[in-house]
Amino acid sequence: MILVVLPAHLRALAGITRAVELEIDGEATRRSILDALEARYPMLRGTIRDHVAGERRPLLRFFACGEDVTHEPADAPLPQAIASGAEPFFIVGAIAGG
Amino acid sequence: MSNVRVLVGTRKGAFILTSDGTREKWDVSGPHFAGWEIYHLKGSTADPNRIYASQTSGWFGQIIQRSDDGGQTWFQPGTPAGEPNTTPEGMPKGESNKFVYDTSDETGKPLTTHQWYDGTPHPWEFKRVWHLEPSPDDPDTVYAGVEDAALFRSTDGGQTWQELSGLRGHGTGSQWQPGAGGLCLHSILLDPRNRERIFVAISAAGAFRTDDGGATWKAINQGLHSEYIPDPTAEIGHCVHHIALHPGNSNVLFMQKHWDVMRSNDAGDSWHEVSGNLPTDFGFVIDVHAHEPDTIYVVPIKSDSEHYPPDGKLRVYRSRSGGNEWEALTNGLPQSNCYVNVLRDAMAIDSLDSCGVYFGTTGGQVYASPDAGDTWAPIVRDLPAVLSVEVQTLT
Repeated sequence: MILVVLPAHLRALAGITRAVELEIDGEATRRSILDALEARYPMLRGTIRDHVAGERRPLLRFFACGEDVTHEPADAPLPQAIASGAEPFFIVGAIAGG
Repeated sequence: MSNVRVLVGTRKGAFILTSDGTREKWDVSGPHFAGWEIYHLKGSTADPNRIYASQTSGWFGQIIQRSDDGGQTWFQPGTPAGEPNTTPEGMPKGESNKFVYDTSDETGKPLTTHQWYDGTPHPWEFKRVWHLEPSPDDPDTVYAGVEDAALFRSTDGGQTWQELSGLRGHGTGSQWQPGAGGLCLHSILLDPRNRERIFVAISAAGAFRTDDGGATWKAINQGLHSEYIPDPTAEIGHCVHHIALHPGNSNVLFMQKHWDVMRSNDAGDSWHEVSGNLPTDFGFVIDVHAHEPDTIYVVPIKSDSEHYPPDGKLRVYRSRSGGNEWEALTNGLPQSNCYVNVLRDAMAIDSLDSCGVYFGTTGGQVYASPDAGDTWAPIVRDLPAVLSVEVQTLT
């Protein structure tokens, strides 16, 4: 079980109030987490990655175990603590004013 | 008795203002979608309970929201929470916010670039929906004007969107340049007398018309004169801020250009200036009286760098002669120290016998006049900056 923490606006869109718990087949990577997240909450498609190229939206960042993994490859394995659910995977809106 | 429902999009959410036909006492609901930019909301005349909303964010992109109960509850069409993410046929859901430019060979002329501010080629990048225009006949058909400029249509209630690519591909698209607010398609007029005819306007490309339901398009900018472009009378490149028509007389178009208020008597084939005695002919909004096709409204703004009313006086100007002769409407509007702006989609007119005129400001006020502009009062004073105002007349 993997825990994913979303920004407040995305929690509102998905109609949830807490961290998301996801089951993932195979290795825990950014891509596998986002695939599982979008499959469970299709209303989030396009809000984290664009629809066509699947690329990260520019003002979003990803953190795992206190490390910024935003620019790591999408298929890079995430730490065991993320895969086990001991630590959450954070999706964070960049600080950009407003 | 009739009621009115005013739909207000702001920088930080949507608000719905309702009143009876007297338009004296108002109920305010909102913010809906708190914290998001709501560029536009518009109700269907075929089913007034059907309202579409454009919800956007620099972080999370574009969301289309839809209400089927007059704005009480909202959902993203195609993706109700908790439902399977595919249809029984296996088609993916979650496409209500999927706006993908048509570059297919089948539809003709895929474009890869428009011009950037400095004239260099720039790829088309979808940013947001500026305007949603429901069909007058079918609540499930709705048009979307987007940035970077293109026209999309949904025929399934906003679940999926397809570009009418003949507009971008008609020949001048590679020369379009953004205005200060971006390269946005902000005005969509569906001709109520000719279902095959649509007018659109793009900043800073100009106005365009189709006579075959969106398949083919032509630029309709003859007579526009813009000193800020290399060829002031060029076919395209004009920063049109808004266009409007009266449904009973749809060959007559009115335009607030960056500078100049313009009129066309031949469906846009040619234009002439009707700024007349306005204190300044810069502005954003323009709209037409519900029952008098030659009565039009603008809100003059001082200049393109000073985005506030001249002399700190917020004045709507009304012409009863289709332009050239204008009168200032000030009763109930602030006449000192007022430095707000009124953005291009932030004026609307209801269709009650004494038609109501509404506009919203970047200072968060929404003003209403129940008597065609003679007197004004604020409905609300302290919303976030207003991006758009629409009104539904409910019987």
